Amino acid sequence: MNWRAVVPGFGFAALALVPLAARWGPEAYALNLATRALIFALAAMSLQFMLGCGGLVSFGQAAYLGLGAYAAAILARYGGGDLLLEAGTAIPAAALFAVATSAISLRAKGVYYIMSTLAFGQMLYFFFVSLSALGGDDGVTLDARARLAGTDWLASDRAFYYAALAALALGYLLLDRIVGSRFGRVLGAIRQNPLRVRALGFEPFRYQLAACAISAALCAVAGVLLANLNSFVSPAFMTWQRSGDLIVMTVLGGVGSLGGAILGALAYLLASELVSTYTEHSGLWIGPALVLVALRGRGLAGLVWGGR
Amino acid sequence: MSAILRLEGLSKRFGALAVSQDICLELAPGRLHALIGPNGAGKTSLINQISGALAPDAGRIFFEDEDVTRLGLAQRARRGLVRSFQVASLFDGFSALDNVALAAQARAGSSFRFFARAGKAADLNAKARVALDRVGLGERVGRRAGELSHGERRLLEIAVALACQPRLLLLDEPFAGLGVEESAEALALLQTLKTEVTMLLVEHDMEAVFALADDVSVLVGGRLIASGAPEAIRQSPAVREAYLGEEEAA
Repeated sequence: MNWRAVVPGFGFAALALVPLAARWGPEAYALNLATRALIFALAAMSLQFMLGCGGLVSFGQAAYLGLGAYAAAILARYGGGDLLLEAGTAIPAAALFAVATSAISLRAKGVYYIMSTLAFGQMLYFFFVSLSALGGDDGVTLDARARLAGTDWLASDRAFYYAALAALALGYLLLDRIVGSRFGRVLGAIRQNPLRVRALGFEPFRYQLAACAISAALCAVAGVLLANLNSFVSPAFMTWQRSGDLIVMTVLGGVGSLGGAILGALAYLLASELVSTYTEHSGLWIGPALVLVALRGRGLAGLVWGGR
Repeated sequence: MSAILRLEGLSKRFGALAVSQDICLELAPGRLHALIGPNGAGKTSLINQISGALAPDAGRIFFEDEDVTRLGLAQRARRGLVRSFQVASLFDGFSALDNVALAAQARAGSSFRFFARAGKAADLNAKARVALDRVGLGERVGRRAGELSHGERRLLEIAVALACQPRLLLLDEPFAGLGVEESAEALALLQTLKTEVTMLLVEHDMEAVFALADDVSVLVGGRLIASGAPEAIRQSPAVREAYLGEEEAA
């Protein structure tokens, strides 16, 4: 049997059953937590595409999450609160920001690249902190959840969960195709040996720039969903700690594995939630677990299905 | 016929060390030109400058009558100025087939193609198989490059270079670290390749050089001290003193 094809299928099918299981528990709380986990899984997966597949450790991924969230907030305020419209605005905005900043960041290598992505992320953070028209530090509330193509279908929490799941599944299929495409092969080759790639006649910069734009676009969709889940957006969406959380999720899940990023995000959020009901110091318990997984190599993906 | 590659007064120094001093050289198309010289003579630095990995301090490089001095590695590779690496430089996580298919992909139009599976591109895989068969790695297509032996990696390196459709192939010590048998195989391979593609061969193995080369240039201390037919180089007193003599004495 081809595990590569079967594991994602089972995984998404299991996730589709979560709202049914939630009926027997504290439904609203469970659905909210699960939806949040799916949204972060989408964001972590978008980072995985850059970090694991492209070898670009971006420490500013939360900026795209924030851009998506603010795009949703702005549209909602001015009566454009439709999920498709919000995503359609957030995607080009984030891709544009990614191209503009990565065109500079990508000229730096290694740690300097990481630092410059962090710097651009912080710039955007402080921009929204000082933007009083959108509440500045206090953030802004969304009056109602976005409509979907004119219907109020998303008003139900369960439907919204499925919308997030659909976005995650579509994002997964899309990225999986891209990783296996000619473009993805060049990207993977750049990660392994950039000098060799240039000697073949490819300009790594163009491919990495495109990868940043794709990653940002997908992460912005996660931002749109997050804004609508919380009905609230603030600069806290895009702190550098949040970028760090996303890196932790991808590493926990297994570097290079898209499915692993999903698993990592779900495990990280659920574990944090669970541990925090017993202790305030959840990091104290999650930290060692992360070290163990990192030392083991291939992350949770390696443990669960043996790799990618 | 005009030269396929022309170097005019190429100079490069790293601090106090002059690795290339006013190097002038012309390569005729259809020939195999060997570049020899003792360790530290600046051979690899010269290859790096010709391929575009290293910018010269002074001088110009013409490839097929175009001044390519300011062009980068990738731009020169797209023009057919292709190099192999002294230490095999491969994508260890990719299979042998994918390594070569990626090289074929570099010559097969835009790689900004996001949906079709690259691994199933029949045209690229077919080209890759031809190149792999050519170097005798036809049985190893599915192996990861990282799992291949040293000798196989050297051959894979050549297959990758071939799939780039070179008009001039810069081979940086393809025989380095090969066993006796592997050397003989590589020699036979280059014997047939030289009829198809112009090559600049940097090599330590004198036996291979004199068996293969149509022309030989000698680099010592960053200077080209002699250039000519293999027999003339072998007889040249200056070369013997500067280079070959050392080996005989050793």
